[in-house]
Amino acid sequence: MTKTTIPIHLDINGQHHELQLEPRVTLLDALRDRLAPTGTKKGCDHGQCGACTVHVDGERVLACLTLAAQAQGRAITTIEGLAREGELHPVQAAFLEQDAFQCGYCTSGQIMSAVACIREGHAGSDDEIREYMAGNLCRCGAYPHIVAAVRQAALEVAS
Amino acid sequence: MRDFSYLRATSVDAAREAAALPGAMLLAGGTTLIDLAKCGVTEPDTLVDITHLTGLDRIEVNERGATIGALARMGHVADHADIKSRFPAVSEALWQAASAQIRNMATMGGNLMQRTRCPYFRDPSNFPACNKRQPGSGCSAIGGVTRGHAVLGTSEACIAMYPGDLAVALVAFDAVVHLGERRVSVDDFFLLPGTTPDREHAIELGEMITAIEIPGTAAARRSTYLKIRDRQSYEFAAASAAVGIEFEADGRTIRDLRVALGGVATKPWRARAVEDALKGKVLEPETVRAASLLAVEGAVDHGANHYKIELAPRVVARAILKLGETA
Repeated sequence: MTKTTIPIHLDINGQHHELQLEPRVTLLDALRDRLAPTGTKKGCDHGQCGACTVHVDGERVLACLTLAAQAQGRAITTIEGLAREGELHPVQAAFLEQDAFQCGYCTSGQIMSAVACIREGHAGSDDEIREYMAGNLCRCGAYPHIVAAVRQAALEVAS
Repeated sequence: MRDFSYLRATSVDAAREAAALPGAMLLAGGTTLIDLAKCGVTEPDTLVDITHLTGLDRIEVNERGATIGALARMGHVADHADIKSRFPAVSEALWQAASAQIRNMATMGGNLMQRTRCPYFRDPSNFPACNKRQPGSGCSAIGGVTRGHAVLGTSEACIAMYPGDLAVALVAFDAVVHLGERRVSVDDFFLLPGTTPDREHAIELGEMITAIEIPGTAAARRSTYLKIRDRQSYEFAAASAAVGIEFEADGRTIRDLRVALGGVATKPWRARAVEDALKGKVLEPETVRAASLLAVEGAVDHGANHYKIELAPRVVARAILKLGETA
């Protein structure tokens, strides 16, 4: 099959990007390979690990199972879009403070998921945090500190 | 992933027309389709994106029941106040079905089209034989590692398990799939593998799921979805049960009972034998446990999945008894 590309316009962290991509390119590959903000990670590439979690129109989704073409016209936020004027997002700060990672590979997905988890109102207890963060796997097993970071950030965001 | 062309449908009719062309498929949330395209299981020539169609994501609930648009996303339906209060089993099945990210992406119509997680089906390069993928090629699962395979509704051609949760709750409450004007019960929408495991749904070329309708009943209002898994969350069912119950005025005698099983069968599995055995009976633990054994009547195991035959009736009994406690 001939490799045909189509024009794809993506709105990422408030910036407009015009790309020429094959329709099969996922949002994850478009971010990492074409636009180069590589904070969004590729773990399993099959929707099982959550490392590629980004926000589309404010909701957390998996960039590995989203075609870039489908994301046109939507507002995409990646880990690079969380900090404001050099100030870390409260969830980013809480992950640092609670030492909520070891190798760090899953961390940007964990943080994007945690921001949404708190916004959705699902960070009310440790059990609720565990359930609503279940789509983000951490093979280092940093879960206790991740839960602590989400709990801390939820309190800070609420206050 | 093989390349394909992409087009955005501008109306339901345009989507149906485009998807009826050879090699074309409808694309909604993509959580199954893009995954299987990466596995080399589905090789579409054209994807017809329907996620931008408007008006198909409505959730309407009234005294008669609920009508849920095909493009309503799983997470939104799970969190909908009227779905939670009138159809708790549906809400619970949805929030236990996948991660928050996947629930935000996946649609209700797309969920009904979810494919099996059979590892042999998902791995064409290592396991060329799969009757579901390639009719007549054989079954790699039979004689293979079968811990996650079905014990009910299997055939000599296929033992792949139906992995979903939502449709288990839907089949318990006699939900109906809208294919435009045509209506098909959820029970009839899912097909047994028989000699044609490649055909999983009673949907014809040129048809598209437009809505799901769930009748409002007392049993649906007092219902639950109990899902037992290898890990606590974000996992497919080892065995699950959607159960709904309505008592007589005495609060103990069962007037209506709905039971359906997940994680054990080749399709969402309504367990009418359990329902019939308990209707008119007083809810007692021993009676419930004995009747729940009927849930796995006719079950056939393939070794490693034998545990499901013991597990499923216990899940059913526990779900029924849990609902009884809330009387």
